[in-house]
Amino acid sequence: MPATTPSQTVGPYFTLGLFASRADELVEPTSAGAVRVTGRVLDGAGDPVPDAMVELWQADAGGRYRGDFGWGRSGCDAEGRFSFMTVKPGRVGGADAPHLVLMVFARGLLRAVLTRMYFPDEEEANAGDPVLSRLEDGSTLVARPADGGYEFDVRLQGDGQTVFFAV
Amino acid sequence: MSRTIAEPFETVADGQDAGQPPYLYRDYRSTELRAPKRPLVILPHTLSELTGPAHGHESIVELDHDLTRQHDGEPLGERINVSGRVTDSAGRPVRSALIEIWQANAAGRYLHEVDQHPAPLDPNFSGAGRCLTDDNGRYSFVTVKPGAYPWRNHPNAWRPAHIHLSLFGRAFTNRLVTQMYFPGDPLFEFDPIFQSVRDPDARERLVCSFDYETTEPEWALGYRFDVVLGGPAETPMES
Repeated sequence: MPATTPSQTVGPYFTLGLFASRADELVEPTSAGAVRVTGRVLDGAGDPVPDAMVELWQADAGGRYRGDFGWGRSGCDAEGRFSFMTVKPGRVGGADAPHLVLMVFARGLLRAVLTRMYFPDEEEANAGDPVLSRLEDGSTLVARPADGGYEFDVRLQGDGQTVFFAV
Repeated sequence: MSRTIAEPFETVADGQDAGQPPYLYRDYRSTELRAPKRPLVILPHTLSELTGPAHGHESIVELDHDLTRQHDGEPLGERINVSGRVTDSAGRPVRSALIEIWQANAAGRYLHEVDQHPAPLDPNFSGAGRCLTDDNGRYSFVTVKPGAYPWRNHPNAWRPAHIHLSLFGRAFTNRLVTQMYFPGDPLFEFDPIFQSVRDPDARERLVCSFDYETTEPEWALGYRFDVVLGGPAETPMES
């Protein structure tokens, strides 16, 4: 079996190669069901990570993963803030609570971090989710309600560090 | 109402896989405040981990793969062909995988506002390209060999010449961002980003090889860089 190619950091200059076209609006902001998912990427000192990139993968509103919908990419501003315009995904299969898959890349991250964002208005589904319900610190994966959508901070290190996954 | 508390997931501590860099690697100073300190939680493979976006040809412009023909004139530097194959860990080709690259110019300068290295910009070189792999997982780019450049990680710190690559596999969680280096670079031993991969064999997988076959007479040197994507998608999912 061929061994996998190692990861290397995305470095400080990735906007040069990865931001030729905008990919942070999966749907038109005015379309039915559009929600804004925003949040900040924070380091171990609680400071914003302005040179991070967040990528999104999600099912559609009907709970289906499709090749042609569900991926997004956002840079971060000086406050470490990323932002997506998307729809809330449906439940996939019987048990999974609606969730977004997020990957964060940055200078200083030799490998990307992988996490999930769950929704605060899905308490019952969240309690039965086969991943969230088995995490001790699953609360770090539940977004807060915000005006017009949801807010979700990614804490790379320190108190309240976000749960990160290996696959 | 009580609910069943299931067994917690298994976890993996940082740095267990010598074939991948750890998060915390103190010689690379920027990792200190950004490296997660808690173990990673090993996820079961649900559809979220087994599916991924399909990038279509409509997003690629004809000359996106040729970084030497994006301006009126030709960039300065050593023209090179960079090609290779993208496979999964079972050796099967990854088809229609989006590859995005970015790099410094031949003088070691990025067309980026953050880069303050006092080396010249090249009006004929942007340093960004993209392409999709073909049915055999093959890709190719035409570019110029990037220069080494200084950075501020430690006194007299220099990055070996490299091209950044971003790749999508079949599943989103197979996604890889890496850097391709050139054979025999004397800066390897001084570069903490390269050295963060502790296994020397794995480090070698970051280095392309000179390729006489794709070297074009009186035109360009050829380099070959094959990429193996990991991750859980051993069985391709229906879309």
